[in-house]
Amino acid sequence: MKLTLRFLLTALVVGVTAVGLPGCKPRKSASTAAGEREAGALASYVAPGEKDEYYLFYSGGHSGQIYVAGIPSMRHISTIPVFAPYPATGYGFDEDSKKLLGNFTWGDVHHPALSQTDSQYDGRWLFCNDNSNNRVARIDLRDFKTKQVLGPIPNTSGTHASSFVTENTEYLFLSTRFSTPLPRGRVADPNDYEKEFSGMITAVKVEPKSGEMNVGFQILMPPLNFDLASTGKGPSSGWVFFTSYNTEMSGNLLEVNSTQKDRDYAAIINWKAAAQAVADGKATMMEGAPVLDPVKVPGILYYAGIGKSPHGMDTDPSGQWIVAGGKLQPSTTVLNFSKIQKAIAAKDFEGEFRGVPVLKYESIVEGEVPVGLGPLHTQFDGLGNAYTSLFIDSNITKWKLPPWTEAQKKDLTQVVVDKIPVHFSVGHLVVAGSDTKHPYGKWLVAMNKLSKGRHVVVGPSQPESSQLIDISGEKMRMVAEAYTEPEPHFAQILAVKDVSPIEVYPKSESQDPNAIWDMKDAGVTREGTRVTAKMISVRSRFVPDRIDARVGDELIVHVTNIEQTGDMIHGLGLSDHNINVVIDPGETKTFKVKLTKPGTFPFYCTNFCSALHQEMQGYLVVRPAEGEPVAKAD
Amino acid sequence: MEAPRRPVEPDTPPGDETCPGPESMSTSQAIARTRSARLDLAGVLRLEHRFLRKPLNAISRLLLLAAAAAIAVSFVFPLWRMNLVAPQYEEGLDLFIYSYRIQGGGIEGAHLAEINNLNHYIGMKPIEQADFMEMRWMPFVFGLIVLLLLRAAVFGQMGNVVDLFALYAYFGVFSIGSFWYRLYTYGHSLDPKAPMTIEPFTPLLIGSKQIANFTQHSYPQAGAWMLCLSVALIVVAGWLSRKEIVT
Repeated sequence: MKLTLRFLLTALVVGVTAVGLPGCKPRKSASTAAGEREAGALASYVAPGEKDEYYLFYSGGHSGQIYVAGIPSMRHISTIPVFAPYPATGYGFDEDSKKLLGNFTWGDVHHPALSQTDSQYDGRWLFCNDNSNNRVARIDLRDFKTKQVLGPIPNTSGTHASSFVTENTEYLFLSTRFSTPLPRGRVADPNDYEKEFSGMITAVKVEPKSGEMNVGFQILMPPLNFDLASTGKGPSSGWVFFTSYNTEMSGNLLEVNSTQKDRDYAAIINWKAAAQAVADGKATMMEGAPVLDPVKVPGILYYAGIGKSPHGMDTDPSGQWIVAGGKLQPSTTVLNFSKIQKAIAAKDFEGEFRGVPVLKYESIVEGEVPVGLGPLHTQFDGLGNAYTSLFIDSNITKWKLPPWTEAQKKDLTQVVVDKIPVHFSVGHLVVAGSDTKHPYGKWLVAMNKLSKGRHVVVGPSQPESSQLIDISGEKMRMVAEAYTEPEPHFAQILAVKDVSPIEVYPKSESQDPNAIWDMKDAGVTREGTRVTAKMISVRSRFVPDRIDARVGDELIVHVTNIEQTGDMIHGLGLSDHNINVVIDPGETKTFKVKLTKPGTFPFYCTNFCSALHQEMQGYLVVRPAEGEPVAKAD
Repeated sequence: MEAPRRPVEPDTPPGDETCPGPESMSTSQAIARTRSARLDLAGVLRLEHRFLRKPLNAISRLLLLAAAAAIAVSFVFPLWRMNLVAPQYEEGLDLFIYSYRIQGGGIEGAHLAEINNLNHYIGMKPIEQADFMEMRWMPFVFGLIVLLLLRAAVFGQMGNVVDLFALYAYFGVFSIGSFWYRLYTYGHSLDPKAPMTIEPFTPLLIGSKQIANFTQHSYPQAGAWMLCLSVALIVVAGWLSRKEIVT
């Protein structure tokens, strides 16, 4: 499906290029001049021993992970496993991370969102969604670890438009991309899509101190495919804006059937009013979640028809302008929030859609900016400039946000400032801090879907390409290129100075009841068929380094890495038992394994630690069950 | 012009300190000379005695109070810092030695455990505060010196200052010697079963030295400088009252 779309769009771009693009100025091919190469090299060069200025947190798409890179070097620094096991950090092998993964071994991470206070990054958490299994996760930026996975969230399927946080991280919003019959588990024919299927928009409440997430409330929606969103700020504080496609409400061959109308509905939601309505008892419980029916609770939802098959829906730093990328038209649509408010107050509607008013398009639109073909997402530098990614054109267009002069309004090509080719088929782009009220600006990263021909051949499986663009001048400047694992959908950029992570877990903060810090406390105990080892890992030994058990036992190992030095990480790999936990300095991890076969199994340190790392090993001796048959554990 | 008059014997009064010419030396004269030397020593002793009884002027007393304050303040700061730098410990591992405790650098003093952990590879005994007997009596001695300084400032006699200086100098030399002996012991009692075998060594007391992959830097810190300052203040306090008159 996606490949087909790619193919079609590629074909389209070839066709369009053949006939020539109106309004596209000829420009020289990217960075061939030696001077430009040198300038780019200097701008992105972070010498050995020096450090980047920004973190780039980019979603790993169907790899299920979040990747951390540095800007301007664009070097991948680390991987934060979220929805998929990651043996490199032992994620998915110990009890805690197994709990986080639930019964899944993959997820589809799309849109990471940094927590905000007063519409600015507060450096506390990074949220991200799993489009596939309707989950959201919270990563703590104190230790860059996944701390909570909420879901599968009830009444929803395919949480694509997620995660978008409100100004003070009160809520994060997500919505159904794939409508389904409700309640979930009910069977209905996709041919009865319009009648039987429902969409849902979910507000996940975030506890302000701990960051703990819970389903706050939901809003029952028609079966549109909700796509992307952004939250309001400043004048649009308390609002959230969603795009959708498939206004045709088709349950099959969406490629054709969902692209027939020229406009699709954007959902404009007053979330503060919705939260109040829930507090006022206007919600009904559905699968344990309070659900509002916007038909019965007027004032929380309005629609607006936006062209065509819009994708991104981005609010600018002032909160005044909302830009929707009509991916099948050559322009982005700029909505004016003041006009939206006026239209709502004046009931300036062009009709109703399923019992909810549709705002009159002409009354709320500020203009359609001819940015080029296939506009998807728009980002902002806080200086009145917008940057829109053009999937089909494979470039990024810089243009001026309103207010526009009368002359510009008549001919909006005048507000287009610059274009820069990217390689190839850019999806998301991110400007540093674009979704805050004071963006950092300076850098833009284009996340391109196709990297073919950009790197040495690595076989048919290919990475994506991400390109760093300097936006500090009037003209955009291509600076560096990196290859990212499949597949970045969106990213967040955070200044290093705005976050203070730790490098070791301080001993004084150790809360695990099974943590031990003194070798004297290490040892193995047996309780029936349960064998528990309290173990210490420290350069260059495990204490104890021998565990005796019998077939039929359940082995529980609590291993504490008592190191307090940065990067003194130990692993514990247990041969033949599919166990590899990795313990950071000061961390305690617990793994359980049912012993089903006799043998003498080595365990060893998997994460190279010291000159005597090779010697850091031990044995698990599993004797055959003897005497009376051993009762089953548990 | 009249020739200079030579003193004649009968004119010389007993005990006169003027020596007669050698040509006129007699047995009785020699006896008298010895007597007078004895009297000289007594005089000197008397002078010393008088010196030790000299009162201290106001400035000296203030300086002694300042010296006491400097010692008190020295408790807040480390006396010594040992800093170990290696390629993989670019930022260095620190040990701060206070008069009453050992403090590792890093978060929650983690450098001490790290140094011990590294030392276990060469079989060095872990550095533990409990092993440092000095750290129990050093604060007591410093407290005693502070009390004596306050006493000297109140009683205001040169003798107190001399006592203090002597006691302090002895204590200082003894402490540094004891500290050096600690270092020697740590470096010379290596476990023969340790994974790495190195020649016994004495970590450097002051200066910089290469030990395997580590460069050790060992230098006095603010606390030690405060103590040096207190010694200097005591000396200056004595010096400034050297011409005071015994009443």
